Amino acid sequence: MNTILSKQRLSAEVFRMEIEAREIAEARKPGQFIILQMGGDFGERIPLTIADADPVKGSITLIFQAVGETTHRLALLEVGDSIENLLGPLGKPTDIKNYGKVVCVGGGIGVAPLFPIVQGMKRAGNEVKVIMGARNKDLLIMEEDMKATADEVIVVTDDGSYGRKALVTEPLKELCETYKPDCVVIIGPPIMMKFAALTTKPYGIHTIVSLNTIMIDGTGMCGGCRVTIGGKTKFVCVDGPEFDGHQVDWDNMLLRLGTYKSKEQEAHHRCHIGLHIKEGEA
Amino acid sequence: MHATREELDTQAEALLAQYADKILTPKERARIPLQEMPTQNPEIRVTNMQEVALGYTENQVRIEAMRCLQCKNKPCIAGCPVAIDIPAFIAKAAEGKFAESAEVIKQSSLLPAICGRVCPQESQCQLYCTVGKMYKDVDQSVSIGRIERFVADYAREHGLEKVPQVGEPSGKRVAVVGTGPASISAAADLRRNGHEVVMFEALHKAGGVLVYGIPEFRLPKKIVEHELNNLVSMGVEIRRNYLVGKTRTISDLMGKDGFHAVFVGSGAGLPKFMNIEGENYIGVFSANEYLTRSNLMKAYAVGEALTPLFDSHKVAVFGGGNVAMDAARTAKRLGAEEVTIVYRRTEVEMPARKEEVAHAKEEGVQFLYLHAPLKITANEKGRVNGVELIACELGEPDASGRRSPIEIPGSQKMYEYDTVIVAIGNDSNPLIKATTEGIEVNKRGNFIVNEETCETTLKGVYAGGDIVLGAATVILAMGQGRKAAKAMNTYLASL
Repeated sequence: MNTILSKQRLSAEVFRMEIEAREIAEARKPGQFIILQMGGDFGERIPLTIADADPVKGSITLIFQAVGETTHRLALLEVGDSIENLLGPLGKPTDIKNYGKVVCVGGGIGVAPLFPIVQGMKRAGNEVKVIMGARNKDLLIMEEDMKATADEVIVVTDDGSYGRKALVTEPLKELCETYKPDCVVIIGPPIMMKFAALTTKPYGIHTIVSLNTIMIDGTGMCGGCRVTIGGKTKFVCVDGPEFDGHQVDWDNMLLRLGTYKSKEQEAHHRCHIGLHIKEGEA
Repeated sequence: MHATREELDTQAEALLAQYADKILTPKERARIPLQEMPTQNPEIRVTNMQEVALGYTENQVRIEAMRCLQCKNKPCIAGCPVAIDIPAFIAKAAEGKFAESAEVIKQSSLLPAICGRVCPQESQCQLYCTVGKMYKDVDQSVSIGRIERFVADYAREHGLEKVPQVGEPSGKRVAVVGTGPASISAAADLRRNGHEVVMFEALHKAGGVLVYGIPEFRLPKKIVEHELNNLVSMGVEIRRNYLVGKTRTISDLMGKDGFHAVFVGSGAGLPKFMNIEGENYIGVFSANEYLTRSNLMKAYAVGEALTPLFDSHKVAVFGGGNVAMDAARTAKRLGAEEVTIVYRRTEVEMPARKEEVAHAKEEGVQFLYLHAPLKITANEKGRVNGVELIACELGEPDASGRRSPIEIPGSQKMYEYDTVIVAIGNDSNPLIKATTEGIEVNKRGNFIVNEETCETTLKGVYAGGDIVLGAATVILAMGQGRKAAKAMNTYLASL
């Protein structure tokens, strides 16, 4: 169970894995995520959005960045290895329907979970434009997939090493002015989602964001993932992960993401030592 | 003064020499001193996660069992949710026939080692004990729970347990949702009747609240594992990482996967918050999260576990139940200097087991009664730095029969804390209701079931435990699991 069927390195730290998981593949819809746990008794549970699924083959695709200890350990697994614990699909699916004109904005690794939403929005009859951004050219992923699916793809990098030198908010503001989308979907680092949601707000455009908070069980049992949405407490794992970007209390969410910051920095340091050793072998 | 297990055993040994082989009158029996539960020294145990209560010695259990008057009317049985023949198992224990004693319990209760540890005996069997009545003090009742625990542990540790017989294959398949106490007992009784039983657990470890909720120092996980292994050796399949309602729905299980009936024991897995200002600041946790990090994710093993723990110094725990005690005592063990249980009523109304309250006090947990939180404050980084509490007084009894707290206007005051743990209970997890057509729930989200059969409003689907009762006890959950299994066995035979 949970056997890794294929593995690719998309960029220095980003990996794509196709994993055998028949029941999850059959049940999963765009926008949903899994929780995985490995490393025996002491491993942590981490949520990852499902980037793609093949219900016929019975497999799901995960695209992840090796940033923490668990994603790093995951990156060290090879084809034929299996993941100890994999639970899903979790969360509510994206509200995919015919809005008319949709702009999908992806930042960094957020481009991966955005892809099935772009596919879904296209299938639902929308015209879809994609803005995808990364810090630099090396960190850009899935450009070809996006180009093959969306009606238009705008690529930006922070340092201008590829595409336009800009943050995603620049072309997003332009599209709000000129293209006037009916719906905007944003997935990326929290700070990017915050500013992208602020960008669409003055135009009153329906804006969906996908939150990736600290989680343990992923079933609504612990409440560690709670966020404030329109003044009310919601659980990202069962009420989300997608919410109205204009209702999210971003500052509270950003603060809560830093709950264990000092400890994570320690762990991050530890795991990167390993990754560099392994990079030579990969 | 803390007496060691050896000291308590020496005293018991002397008593046994005095009483053994004598025919005792009821009065003489009632005069035998109550046997104290040996515990780890409080100063030492707050630095470890090992079990606090060490269990009686053989001498102690025999002496304590001799205190039982073997009343003809057996009032204690009426206080037991699963009607264990208490005088019978105690009589066997007094004779030193511990494995036989455990067998008597097992006729009514599948999990005596667990219930002996976590049942609130003082409000169940021991409340009705004649010895306690004679002294007008429930604390003087025969320690039924401690005897139960001893004989169950004895049978397990000596390999003298009988694995229940599995009936001839019935050709029927049953899905059991959840692996907590309700599900464990339902699964065992269904399997005994020859049905194929598959249990579905959402987490990566089975056992439900026994594993993620109740801490190691109160219920060692190896005991839960042992009970689950017994199920597996009976041929029950346990599938982990499977969330019914998401991975597959109940209709899929019954329609596509060929299950003839389903038992839902998914528990009360939705933590309640108070809806007060500041509840989402950093340092505010549901007791579920706090305990799950420590118990399930082993975060107490700092340096080994990847799941981090919050560094706490001054902790406020809101609530007065067992979960509040568990959270407070866990916080102590994880290094908090000051831990306070803040409860709206007084100690008398507190729903926690007496022993847990006593243990918490011994471990230095403080209690602030008649106070309710109004808001939580934080520093500029969003980290909790205080709680505003208002004093309360007790008014008229509410629906639960407990006197309800009334806030005293103008009495609010700020208190300094860096961590807040909310342990005010759980609501039923809404997932199955939301994904299953035909299941009806009450206002609180609890499944509505037929009281006799535990059948839900959907044919072939039964439910028990906290999903029906709201947050209750292990023994009640177990009792419902058995009741449901009985009705399910009849239902399955009729198909």
